[in-house]
Amino acid sequence: MQHLSILPILLPLFTGALLLLPPFSKTLQRQRVLSIVSMLLQVIVGFALVLWVQTEGITQYILGNWRPPFGIVLVADPMSSIMVAVTNFLAFSALCYATGSHDKAGGYFYPLFMFQVMGINGAFLTGDVFNLFVFFEVLLIASYALLVHGGGKQKTQATIHYVVLNLAGSSVFLFGLGILYGTLGTLNIADMAQKVSELEGSVAILAKIGALLLLAVFGLKSAMLPLHFWLPKTYSSASAPVAAIFAVMTKVGIYSILRIHGVVFGDEAGELANIAQSWIWPLALLTITVGTIGALASPSLKLLTANLVVLSAGTLLVCTAIQSEAATSAALYYMVHSTLVAGGMFLLADMISRQRGKAEDRFVVAKKMDNPVFLGIFFAIAAIAVIGMPPFSGFIGKVMVLQSVQSAAEQIWVWPILLLSSLGALIALSRAGTTLFWRYSAGKQPEAAQPIHLGEWLGVVLLLSASPLLALFAGPLSELANDAAAFLHDPRLSVEALLTSPLAEGGF
Amino acid sequence: MEGIYAFCVGLMTACGIFLTLRGRTFSVVVGLTLLSYAVNLFLFASGRLKLDAAAVLGMSEDYGDPLPQALVLTAIVIGFAMTAFAVILAMRARADLGNDHVDGRIPQTKEEVRQKSGGQR
Repeated sequence: MQHLSILPILLPLFTGALLLLPPFSKTLQRQRVLSIVSMLLQVIVGFALVLWVQTEGITQYILGNWRPPFGIVLVADPMSSIMVAVTNFLAFSALCYATGSHDKAGGYFYPLFMFQVMGINGAFLTGDVFNLFVFFEVLLIASYALLVHGGGKQKTQATIHYVVLNLAGSSVFLFGLGILYGTLGTLNIADMAQKVSELEGSVAILAKIGALLLLAVFGLKSAMLPLHFWLPKTYSSASAPVAAIFAVMTKVGIYSILRIHGVVFGDEAGELANIAQSWIWPLALLTITVGTIGALASPSLKLLTANLVVLSAGTLLVCTAIQSEAATSAALYYMVHSTLVAGGMFLLADMISRQRGKAEDRFVVAKKMDNPVFLGIFFAIAAIAVIGMPPFSGFIGKVMVLQSVQSAAEQIWVWPILLLSSLGALIALSRAGTTLFWRYSAGKQPEAAQPIHLGEWLGVVLLLSASPLLALFAGPLSELANDAAAFLHDPRLSVEALLTSPLAEGGF
Repeated sequence: MEGIYAFCVGLMTACGIFLTLRGRTFSVVVGLTLLSYAVNLFLFASGRLKLDAAAVLGMSEDYGDPLPQALVLTAIVIGFAMTAFAVILAMRARADLGNDHVDGRIPQTKEEVRQKSGGQR
């Protein structure tokens, strides 16, 4: 059982490698079967990891038996295990959807998809900052290739912006890492949290520069305001299953901010306590505003969904800025909800756009859809969840976020902006829904109808059923989130786990 | 030594940023390469600069920090792969979009647009 925490990295790695080898490399059908089976296993492993961490407590997986502050370590704590489970579930649904027709659009879809999942899982599980960089690169290089999957001018152009921005971001990441290593002498997150409070004077200022450079990089990944311009175009031009798995990538950035700026540079960091929060506050609120304006101005459903991703990123950034246990727990619940719903929304947008002929997903009058009833019901569920209306999970998530805002000064800023953004999303989505489903030109007969594949139904149903389920089991889930937040906000716990690992006692 | 080293890293970073901000993909790729070289040197220096210090224990009295060297090695490999990918992508974009501008089209001044009012792009 102790190897459970490395399986979310090893399984996709070996599956991806296997998919490139002869028995699978030439036949699409075999690739599909192997990927689905492996992904199903990963979903099981993800949920098993959550349960295991709940019963056994946090576990450190020390690779190569090198003592923690020096060697590479994987940390499975409540937060990371939940995120891994969510990622695997999302990836499984996206894979189901891809078996419909999207995997035929270009070669190497499944191996790349597996490496993408490996990178995301690794980024969640890693216990030191340099491996965070390495896993970021793994997930990025897979995403570069997945983004151009299917080809086309629009994709190529979006990919250029995305690649150049992220390559520049990687350089900044390394600059930040170099500075932090130079000042702290360690890159293990738990060890950093311990040492950062000892910094004083000019060294502390240097470390602050490093930490803020990292904030810029994580901001780029999570679409924080001045760095979010790449997101709508990239997400809306990617093919549907790819866009769905991308929905979790912004969350990797938020998770890293929670980890680095919430814990290492958190309340107990001495001179450097909470250095990032004063930056995140205004930027998060502006991100929400810009996301809402973008959603209202979007001419097509995919762009609208992409802008809603920006909006949810802004909401999550507000939670990281509040920097309290309640806020972190709200962030975790909202993160799970928004990831799954945004993924489902991207898949749904693709289904809708394929049934509307040349109009695709643009908000114009077009021919009637082949299955308007089912798609309409799905769209309504997704829209209600995204907006944050009862009875689905978006409502509970938003209430948790609003409740976690404590002081009156913060409430004056957060409440109106967050509630108005919900109103904006409501307007944008109801306008989208009425145009897409109710306004069609009656004269035009449907041409050759494209039947919807079983796997595609399955993918959308899985993701959209998550929202009612999240609402139904909100009690136990929010307790889980509270646990995770309590753990994250008590750095002593993770340091203790670091020191009491069996190897540390025995020495080298 | 530190002064020269810092100056070189700074100059390389400045050149890298300048080139990355240019409009054509070629200079952007060169800029990103320069940036990754600069960052490699910077990472190397984060373990402090020392002369006659082996990174292996017992080889000399004064020993260097081996961790930044391991980090640099990883960063070099990743940077190299990324540069290769960026080059291929730039070529693909040149073929797909018909020009080598990062935005996919060459920006025109108002003057040019007025002159070519025949509707040509």
